[in-house]
Amino acid sequence: SLSLLLFSLFRKKKRRIEELTEKMALDVGSSGDWDGRWRHVQKFLERSGPFTHPDFEPSEETLQFLLETCKILVIGAGGLGCELLKNLALSGFRHIHVVDMDTIDVSNLNRQFLFRSKDVGHPKAEVAADFINSRVPGCHVVPHFKKIQEFDESFYRQFHIIVCGLDSIIARRWMNGMLLSLLVYDDGVLDPSSIIPLIDGGTEGFKGNARVILPGMTACIDCTLELYPPQINFPMCTIASMPRLPEHCIEYARILQWPKENTSIPSLLVLMCLPLYGVALDGDNPEHIHWVFQKSLERAAEFNIIGVTYRLTQGVVKRIIPAVASTNAVIAGTVPSRENTALFAYVPLNNYLVFNDVDGLYTYTFEAERKENCSACSQVPQKLQFPPSAKLQEVLEYLTENASLQMKSPAITATLEGKNKTLYLQTVASIEEKTRPNLCKTLKELGLADGQELAVADVTTPQTVLFKLNFTS
Amino acid sequence: MTMADHKTNKDQRYDRQLRLWGDHGQEALENAHVCLVNAAASGTEILKNLVLPGIGAFTIVDGHRVSGEDVGNNFFLSSDSVGKNRAQATTELLQELNTDVSGNFVEENPDRLLDNDPEFFHRFSLVIAVQLEESTCLRLGSVLWNAAVPFLVCRTYGLVGYMRLVVREHTVVESHPDNALEDLRLDQPFPELTNHITSYDLDNMEKKDHSHTPWVIIVAKYLQKWCREHDFQLPRNYKEKEAFRQLLREGIRKNENGTPEEEENFDEAIKNVNTALNPSKIPTAVEDLFNAEQCENITSQSPAFWVMVRAVRDFVQAEGRGSLPVRGTIPDMIADSDKFISLQNVYRERALQDAAAVSRHVESHLQAVGKLPECISEQDIRLFCKNAAFLRVVHCRALVEEYGVDTVHKDEITSCMDNPDSEMVLYLMLRSVDCFYQQHSRYPGVYNYQVEDDIVRLKLCVHSLLQEYGLTVNVKDDYVHEFCRYGAAEPHTVAAFMGGAAAQEAIKLITHQFVPFNNTFIYNAMAQTSATFQL
Repeated sequence: SLSLLLFSLFRKKKRRIEELTEKMALDVGSSGDWDGRWRHVQKFLERSGPFTHPDFEPSEETLQFLLETCKILVIGAGGLGCELLKNLALSGFRHIHVVDMDTIDVSNLNRQFLFRSKDVGHPKAEVAADFINSRVPGCHVVPHFKKIQEFDESFYRQFHIIVCGLDSIIARRWMNGMLLSLLVYDDGVLDPSSIIPLIDGGTEGFKGNARVILPGMTACIDCTLELYPPQINFPMCTIASMPRLPEHCIEYARILQWPKENTSIPSLLVLMCLPLYGVALDGDNPEHIHWVFQKSLERAAEFNIIGVTYRLTQGVVKRIIPAVASTNAVIAGTVPSRENTALFAYVPLNNYLVFNDVDGLYTYTFEAERKENCSACSQVPQKLQFPPSAKLQEVLEYLTENASLQMKSPAITATLEGKNKTLYLQTVASIEEKTRPNLCKTLKELGLADGQELAVADVTTPQTVLFKLNFTS
Repeated sequence: MTMADHKTNKDQRYDRQLRLWGDHGQEALENAHVCLVNAAASGTEILKNLVLPGIGAFTIVDGHRVSGEDVGNNFFLSSDSVGKNRAQATTELLQELNTDVSGNFVEENPDRLLDNDPEFFHRFSLVIAVQLEESTCLRLGSVLWNAAVPFLVCRTYGLVGYMRLVVREHTVVESHPDNALEDLRLDQPFPELTNHITSYDLDNMEKKDHSHTPWVIIVAKYLQKWCREHDFQLPRNYKEKEAFRQLLREGIRKNENGTPEEEENFDEAIKNVNTALNPSKIPTAVEDLFNAEQCENITSQSPAFWVMVRAVRDFVQAEGRGSLPVRGTIPDMIADSDKFISLQNVYRERALQDAAAVSRHVESHLQAVGKLPECISEQDIRLFCKNAAFLRVVHCRALVEEYGVDTVHKDEITSCMDNPDSEMVLYLMLRSVDCFYQQHSRYPGVYNYQVEDDIVRLKLCVHSLLQEYGLTVNVKDDYVHEFCRYGAAEPHTVAAFMGGAAAQEAIKLITHQFVPFNNTFIYNAMAQTSATFQL
């Protein structure tokens, strides 16, 4: 059923975007083709096979659709992004956009193969797009040196497919939320032409995963939030008073010593530029890392802890995830064939693939299931169950700590006596200060009633999540 | 640039991978010279993933001229490469990726090289062949097998990926297992650990010390108590372990009102009862190494790995009293710094002592075969002892054995084919298209007009393959049709997947870290599944 829907979905979507494209009169042309160029791809597009979907009609049109019409967005031009751009360009996709907010660092060069030493410091999206456009004639990659949050719905709506190669869970969730916000429901029935499939990949060391999401139809990122392990933070008392591991010493230097000793550095420069705020620790500044390293060594010596190294210091401060070219290649290699799958031929029921090659080579595919009351995609009203005597602080902690919500800095507002009232907001310092006293107040004291709606905004989603407050006794 | 600058620059460039295989793994990589036979898309994708992490050198052997089709699926060719030699054209573009790497090429057909200069292939750390026709592959395989050079065969055929590892013996010290069990020896504590445990008196401690005693000490203490009351038997089954947990629960301090205090270290102890009671056994994989012939007969030709296996075996039989050398690491646990560090030191010092004992055995074996003790460093022995429980050896079968009518692994094939859609059917189909190639000097379905007729011909090949090997299995017609549809195409995405997977295996072979597959890997890009078979 999923596959059938997928097909009708693409038909409609294809038509809609074709109309759109006609209006925009894109002119890249099919220039630069030579004899045999697409022969490897054509066999799959122009020949029928026993395992393809019954709705798949092999034709020459399909390649033309790829080359001339299909528009695809790649998010992230890092390890996965570089691979994805290459794979898409060589599979016949020509209208590709790429978004990345980062610039190139030396440590990217061991896997991000579209960059060279001379490119260090330049925007990833621009260098990657230039490279692909010059290596693959006729391919037109449009770079955007921006954050994904800087674009609105009208930007995202123009694409047939969106492929994500991100290292941030927050950004993934935001993207997921954006695509969910594009869905159109008529009388509660989802309009399939409003669906933009999201293909998401991730790697860490020798492990990786890839998945296909049909927003509103299959499990979304937030449905399976439990699959992402929570970030490990050491308890403050361990760091402050009973370190045992080298990491504890580094965290001591980073969290406790740095702010204390760098707020009032008696340096003229610092006094002039940053009289009040001090210097933020910059993981990319070797002097900063060296400072933390030295302090960590001292702390470790004091407690007879061994194992503090410069590399470990850098790893802890920057929360570095090991990465290698081959795993990115594997994951990106599954992603576009998933796209071909999605678009033209084979439609596997399983939407989630896990890869691990520490011991032998291992892949596992399964069907991730939708969560009935997912706060992002279910359309089911979310509930908050608290006694009237609970403090707002407890609600805040629930929103950040609950495994299926995992919000980062939720802002809570409510409509009280016909007026919008911000109960707590931490992203703007002045408002945070003003609303902070609310955290210690009980829900009752704040004037909230049973059944009250709370609107929660957070960096993990572009939409506001509505919660219904249910008083327990 | 000074040497020191170069080193820092490299540290930065390779930082993300050094965290996976360390400086010694990187050094092994930088000393390796890999040969690629055929610079088809799958091949250049593999090399890309080896050049980027800084392999020492590569040499491409390829006699083909670049075609328009090649440029269509290969990222390391450009449209003006058409007509040039493929080895040269791809070497130029791969070399751009990393100036630390030395890129070489030989414009020669591999068959010609095998005719004229088979020793050419002996110089490499690893030979990788892609999209190589069967007869050449078997020839190359036998040359490399005799020279004990590892050989990795890789192939992309339509939506199917295939990899075969051919290595006589591959040894791994650092297998980096996920979720390795801790080595705490609580079931049979060594004397220093027993003394350390005795130095604690849980009943007469300050409250603060009591709640900051490591859980290992707590469990060890209560185990002593349990053993005294239970005929010197450790808790064995669920019921006994539950009773033991209850004993721990009762150990939690109580306040004046008799309610238990919050003692997180005791909570940890209760949670870790299973880990703690895990018997300190020698893993069967390691036992097998002890019983291997290479361990029994140490000669002057024995690799360091086997000398150390033997020394560890000697240790187990003597100083170790049946146990492996102590690993010397403990997990983090709630404790104050002093208590944790002194416990950690008990394990660490014992590990050093055990390694020193192993080192003495190494020395005497080296001496006995007339070698200097320096040829195996103290550092290597310590690393070996630390990983003693995770040692792995991979033996692959030769291609000749896989292809031999009398030596074929018939049972493996037949039992897998109980499921007619097992990835095994894709292996049989690959063998059948090779059979087709042998008969017709081309692959089936390359041009549209051939497809229909070739389905009939390929079906005959399937039939004769099964008959030749006496296999009574059923290959569905759908697969015959599908493979004709492929027409030997090498779609880029499948090549990219295989390029990543094969490069990863190459890195394992070169660094001797992590465990390679054994010996046939099949990737089904239609269903996104894979399987490994021993053929």
